[in-house]
Amino acid sequence: MLINIVLNGKKISSEIAADCLLLDWLRAQGCASVKRGCETSNCGLCTVILEGKPVLSCSVLAARTDGKRVETLEGLQQEAAEFGAFIADQGAEQCGFCNPGFVMNALALFRENPDPNEEEIREYLAGNLCRCSGYEGQLRGILNYLVWKKEKGKKEEAQ
Amino acid sequence: MISIRTYKRVESLEEAWQLNQQRSNRIIGGMLWMKMGQGSVQTAIDLSGLSLDRIEEREDGWSIGCMVTLRQLELHEGLNRYTGGALREALRHIVGVQFRNLATVGGSVFGRFGFSDVCTMLLAMDSYVELYRGGVLPMADFLASKYDRDVLVRILVKKTPGKYYYQSVRNSRTDFPVLACAAALLPLEKERGESGGEYRIRLSVGARPAKAMLLEEGGKRFQSLITEEEARDFGAYAAAHIPTEGNLRASASYRTHLTGVLAMRAALKLGGKA
Ligand SMILES: Cc1cc2nc3c(=O)[nH]c(=O)nc-3n(C[C@H](O)[C@H](O)[C@H](O)COP(=O)(O)OP(=O)(O)OC[C@H]3O[C@@H](n4cnc5c(N)ncnc54)[C@H](O)[C@@H]3O)c2cc1C
Ligand code: FES
Ligand code: FES
Repeated sequence: MLINIVLNGKKISSEIAADCLLLDWLRAQGCASVKRGCETSNCGLCTVILEGKPVLSCSVLAARTDGKRVETLEGLQQEAAEFGAFIADQGAEQCGFCNPGFVMNALALFRENPDPNEEEIREYLAGNLCRCSGYEGQLRGILNYLVWKKEKGKKEEAQ
Repeated sequence: MISIRTYKRVESLEEAWQLNQQRSNRIIGGMLWMKMGQGSVQTAIDLSGLSLDRIEEREDGWSIGCMVTLRQLELHEGLNRYTGGALREALRHIVGVQFRNLATVGGSVFGRFGFSDVCTMLLAMDSYVELYRGGVLPMADFLASKYDRDVLVRILVKKTPGKYYYQSVRNSRTDFPVLACAAALLPLEKERGESGGEYRIRLSVGARPAKAMLLEEGGKRFQSLITEEEARDFGAYAAAHIPTEGNLRASASYRTHLTGVLAMRAALKLGGKA
């Protein structure tokens, strides 16, 4: 069947099998950031933004996203780099495998709630598993990033 | 993962129902549970073109389309105001935001899963299941019914006056619940000659690990202020009357202990001193 998806702002038409998962379709388009970490819809590694909302691309039929907008890390490079630097500063990650899904969902959180408190951060990111760390470094990195962003916003306002 | 031959976004409920009569075809909700299975599906029936992804408020309650996601419910202002946040509490521990943006109310209720926070909560409410052919059934009757090939269209929730409570116990965040408990404090209708001001507690316990069930209250009545002793008695009564079993998450006796504690807390939270 034929589908049309707007991927990172670009319209793509593609012939797919009925049971093609969005994750596999995205990887075939060259979005290597989108990875599979489990078979049970549990790990969050495959997170992408569909019509503005974070979803597990491993669990969505590509067929169902016909006519919709999908964003992956490849399309959010600048935001991801800015934010990622704060996570790296904390030495939060070890193997880094969980990073793409974590960054995508964190960016989704900031869009939905630009000024989250610690509990809101924990709750929103609870579905992103990391097998190496204890999440504390990531939490510190997020809090630092939010402070930086606020100050940046104030400076820009003052100018 | 299941394999799917063809995908069909249906244009009417009748079309969905007709297709669903064939054993090799299946309706897909969020597909999260289905995806974990094996086997092949001839036609995946998608209801997402039927505007069933909406929550509508009516004078006497809400109508929740089967394709509404758990996240939509969790964030719904009216329903959360009505339940004092209990509905949100029931949903917010289910896997993660990205999961709840996909999982549907229809799939969650149709599945009648034992571990279901969704079914446990809805059972404590004055809620109904609307089926395409089978009509409207109270939630308790639907949960007890056998799987058939009807289409679940909507969940209806009535605005019965009451106060709600929800709490689950999990071994770790985002895991399935070890026990789930929802309760409603409901004012009793004033009968002729009575002074009123009496309440009953409707207690629903799920993840026992079998399906959620309601406590047979045995005529227990409460005044507007529930004392600690009454709450403890209520907990003990619930523990004695709600059957539990053991599985890899917890033993039967631990679940029974939790039933008593959560039922007591429900009574205190709903009717105790603030
Ligand atoms: C890893 C994992 C962890 C989970 N943890 C929890 C938890 O902690 N608490 C909890 O409450 N739930 C949990 N769930 C269950 C989840 O919340 C959903 O209830 C479940 O995935 C079913 O919803 P779905 O939309 O994915 O339905 P699907 O998987 O698409 O469908 C489930 C079944 O319902 C049928 N169906 C779907 N929609 C309809 C309809 N409209 N009419 C008729 N039949 C229909 C399908 O054919 C299928 O048989 C978990 C699920 C998974 C996979
Ligand atoms: S790959 Fe693990 S949730 Fe999608
Ligand atoms: S750093 Fe290894 S999984 Fe997160």
